[in-house]
Amino acid sequence: MSRLSLLALQILVAIAAVALWYVLTTYPVFGKILLPPFFFSNPVDVAKQIHVWFATGVIWKHLWVTLIESILAFVIGSIGGVLVGFWFARQPRTAAVFDPYVKAVNALPRVVLAPIFTLWLGLGIWSKVALGVTLVFFIVFFNVYQGVKEVSPTVLANARMLGMNERQLMRHVYWPSALSWMFSSLHTSVGFAVVGAVVGEYLGAAAGLGYLIQQAEGVFDVAGVFAGMFVLAAFVLVIDMIVTVVEKRLLVWRPATAEARP
Amino acid sequence: MAEGIAAASRSVGTAKAAVALTDVVVSFRVAVGSYTAVDRATLSVGDGEFVAIVGPTGCGKSTLLNIAAGLLAPAAGSVNIFGSPLTALNRQAGYLFQADALFPWKTAIDNVAIGLETAGTPSEEARTRAQDWLTRVGLGGFADRYPHMLSGGQRKRVGLAQVLIRDPKILLMDEPFGPLDAQTRQIMGNLLLDLWTADRKAVLFVTHDLEEAIALSDRVVIMSAGPAARIIGDWRIPLTRPRDISEVKLDPAFHELHRDIWHKLKTEVVKGYAQAEVA
Repeated sequence: MSRLSLLALQILVAIAAVALWYVLTTYPVFGKILLPPFFFSNPVDVAKQIHVWFATGVIWKHLWVTLIESILAFVIGSIGGVLVGFWFARQPRTAAVFDPYVKAVNALPRVVLAPIFTLWLGLGIWSKVALGVTLVFFIVFFNVYQGVKEVSPTVLANARMLGMNERQLMRHVYWPSALSWMFSSLHTSVGFAVVGAVVGEYLGAAAGLGYLIQQAEGVFDVAGVFAGMFVLAAFVLVIDMIVTVVEKRLLVWRPATAEARP
Repeated sequence: MAEGIAAASRSVGTAKAAVALTDVVVSFRVAVGSYTAVDRATLSVGDGEFVAIVGPTGCGKSTLLNIAAGLLAPAAGSVNIFGSPLTALNRQAGYLFQADALFPWKTAIDNVAIGLETAGTPSEEARTRAQDWLTRVGLGGFADRYPHMLSGGQRKRVGLAQVLIRDPKILLMDEPFGPLDAQTRQIMGNLLLDLWTADRKAVLFVTHDLEEAIALSDRVVIMSAGPAARIIGDWRIPLTRPRDISEVKLDPAFHELHRDIWHKLKTEVVKGYAQAEVA
């Protein structure tokens, strides 16, 4: 399938879905409207709402807040994950001691931490950043840990035979290996950074996309909720596209089959 | 008089073997007790000598190489490199591994240059010399390729350049051409002989291919089937050099040697299979 026909089909799916939504919320089928507009709104209202947001420029502030929170959560979580991942992988004894606690914290549904973070850090961006960090950290941590642990023994032996000392091994072997694992999970970790930010905003904030959705929901403004969801989806898609570009540049040395890994 | 002693000691010095394994025992700890992989192996490789070790699969040939490289310590016996005992990594040896050992995140030229950079050579100079080496192994135009973009044979060439650029006194090779197809093996064998003839290093070459061993080396050493593998034969290969691998295989002397050595090796191969089935 050519790129163009693929794109055409993809757009067709969107048109079909929106058309179906519009018809079912507007025209009665057998004397009954299947999707009551009170619960499902309709595409026209949602489009109007989105238009108003962008026309008045209200949305930019919320997008900006969510973006900043996501970036901060991603950066802080990644740095923490890389450092601790490296540390644990190089110090098996430390890793063994902390193992049950790492597992316990990771098993905890992060949403329950949101109220605590709000209590500690207030309603501003930092409570959302903290929530995102708890999500991103573990993904990066597990990947870096794995990356350092799973360096091919042959490559390692070769590096030593080529005269590398401990510092050079770190730089030329462990570090690239860990980074490649981290980058292979870039989509997941960036996605979780956004999830942390939005969920945090939803549970209590003064700005952000999550806040926007929560506000609309509070006054039964279903069009507002849907509009918020669409803006959020577009936001995530754009970020994902940027990640794909970054990933392609960073992992040029990877064979194509490895990229297909889920 | 003093001069005479100095000369004598120098001659002893040059006569010292590049690699000398004496009564080396290698054992691994397993679930119950220990497993002896190699039992009292004695082997020496002279300076500039090309020695091949041939033996059935799983007999501990690679283990012996790891001992000579200092990656593994023997349970008993001694390892001497140019007369001095080996206690850590063998700094005078280059090791070409059986499996892919290139750094997948480095380009061909960076893979070759890294061996110099670790020794403190400035990056610029290291890369220039790496380019020279890539050209010598016939990959001058592939400097910017990552390993996954190269074929198996090309990767082995990069590996060869990566090891040789450090100019090691000893070259350890563990079935380096094992995964390659027959034609590529022959080409790689000739390339290896060319490079070796230009600058004679002591080579310890492990293979399961007897023909390859005879065609390449000065001496062929046969190991018995494991466990507790031993060295059971040592043949001198008096074929003239320089050799071309495909031509040398047509030499009647080659066939005679092959028949002799294979006779001995065959019983060991059969034994190896029998043990594998019991296990």
